[in-house]
Amino acid sequence: MKSESRDREIEVEGCDAVLPSPFSKIRSLNMQLTLEFGGGLELLCESVKVHKVNVDTPNEAEKLTMKDLLSWVSTNLIKERPEMFMKGDSVRPGVLVLVNDCDWELSGQLDTTLEEKDVVVFISTLHGG
Amino acid sequence: MVTNGGGSGDADVSRILSEIETLKVAKSDIERRISLLESQLCDTATTANIEGKSDAVSNGYCPLISAVHSNINHDLTPDSVYRYSRHLLLPSFGVQGQSNLLKSSILVVGAGGLGSPALLYLAACGVGRLGIVDHDVVELNNMHRQVVHTEAYIGQPKVKSAAATCRSYSDGIFCFVVSVLRSSDKEVFSRINSTIQIVEYQEALRTSNALEILSQYDIVVDATDNAPSRYMISDCCVVLGKPLVSGAALGLEGQLTVYNYNGGPCYRCLFPTPPPTTACQRCSDSGVLGVVPGIIGCLQALEAIKIASAVGEPLSGRMLLFDALSARIRIVKIRGRSSQCEVCGEDSAFTQQQFRNFDYEKFTRAPLSPLPLKLNLLPADSRISSKEYKEKIDNGESHVLVDVRPAHHFKIVSLPNSINVPLANLEARLPEISKALKEEEECKADNSDSGASLYVICRRGNDSQRAVQCLQKMGFNSARDIIGGLESWAHDVEPNFPTY
Ligand SMILES: [Zn+2]
Repeated sequence: MKSESRDREIEVEGCDAVLPSPFSKIRSLNMQLTLEFGGGLELLCESVKVHKVNVDTPNEAEKLTMKDLLSWVSTNLIKERPEMFMKGDSVRPGVLVLVNDCDWELSGQLDTTLEEKDVVVFISTLHGG
Repeated sequence: MVTNGGGSGDADVSRILSEIETLKVAKSDIERRISLLESQLCDTATTANIEGKSDAVSNGYCPLISAVHSNINHDLTPDSVYRYSRHLLLPSFGVQGQSNLLKSSILVVGAGGLGSPALLYLAACGVGRLGIVDHDVVELNNMHRQVVHTEAYIGQPKVKSAAATCRSYSDGIFCFVVSVLRSSDKEVFSRINSTIQIVEYQEALRTSNALEILSQYDIVVDATDNAPSRYMISDCCVVLGKPLVSGAALGLEGQLTVYNYNGGPCYRCLFPTPPPTTACQRCSDSGVLGVVPGIIGCLQALEAIKIASAVGEPLSGRMLLFDALSARIRIVKIRGRSSQCEVCGEDSAFTQQQFRNFDYEKFTRAPLSPLPLKLNLLPADSRISSKEYKEKIDNGESHVLVDVRPAHHFKIVSLPNSINVPLANLEARLPEISKALKEEEECKADNSDSGASLYVICRRGNDSQRAVQCLQKMGFNSARDIIGGLESWAHDVEPNFPTY
């Protein structure tokens, strides 16, 4: 998740000359993230709750958004019943998404920009008692 | 055109009914206020009495305060001072916190795994009035987590059992208070025995009774076990303006938060769309480690106590996620009240009348009082009863019995000579079934002209039907399911067969 001021910096993308020079040549960034699944969602990824992963930003993109991450997770981690994780291009109803212990509603949902070492938690709401 | 002569009459009836409902809610609100004032009056009278006639409060239950020499600036009785002394000794809780608690009322919906510990602590801590709602009965296979119940109450209503236990915790509270009856300028003192009031609601919470019940309490604790109840209770709390302490537990995980508190979000702000029914696992299917709801239920009691006593910072706008296996508790920040929320949002006009008419079972596609699913997928000739299966065994019919439950279920108990092929792996393991059938046919080749039969069993008779559908599609035309599964075997054939 980026601060607002850094988000504004990104808005000038496509104009190479304005970007800081060390980044101007990088076409794809590799980002280390911790992904956690809970509330039964871990059953969709072979019952493993914590995944330390390296995710590449999409081609030509300088940032990784939650939208990118969701599609990466669907392709690489979800092994069964994908409909229990995704609905359309977002998570299914009843799944809370937390970026660094904060509801993704507060950081822009699918547009949330991720940073190196971010922790993303996917948790299904429980109803039992 | 055929007109219904009763048309305008019907409209009248519904108008009158609606007015009655509105008045009932107003009535219960007034009753609540009256009882609050009465308890204040009693407490004030007690203090007055302590300062006046000390003999009126001597009861031998706690060290007698020499009232004449004591200077008491609060409304706690001497017995309350003694009983709750450890609360009073907490600088951040103290007399004011306890006094607030004694005047508060808390409703716990659900006397199960979450409700049990919540009720125990709420009854013990000195909540003024404690309501319990549950329609279910006590069962032995729930007692590993529903610790408010005792074996003596198996088969009896949970509410009755829970109330009895709670009373055993609070009956010792003999605060002899004095009610003041003013008549013709004379003060008449009479002793009443005021214990913590436990109110039993031996019924399922529905839209038809929820407003009336919830309106009589300051705080609501959601200790239910299903999605429609959770939406219904949250909506009702929004309509009535009550804070809601919501907990949930399943397997080895728990979740906790406080909704509709001080401008915070409601359940629908977080979950505007209900989850698919397949995502709503139940303890009776997925299992639950007893202590996990125990921990969440205790935390629910804690949050309710904090709100009731006006001490501390309730878990509003935050959610606690508990993972027992990894021993981790994570507290996360969740969204605030959503302006677009259909129930608590700025433009929402969700009224009591709309609440009464809302169909929560339809909304969540799940029943408020979940019963075990009973599928009927197969024609009668593809099914046999457990009794018929028993006859086939007794007649020595050559057959193979496939148990399609998950392996950890099979380990609990299984029928002799059954082979375990879980439904999830059925297609991949068809060769095993073919092999078993062939072996069976070979060893009983002498007395059968048609091949060995294939029977499929599971826990309750749902997965076995799915398995038979699959098997028939794959060419095992003789496959048949045993109706009602192992439960019916235990019920109709072998009463000592373990059930779970
Ligand atoms: Zn809301």
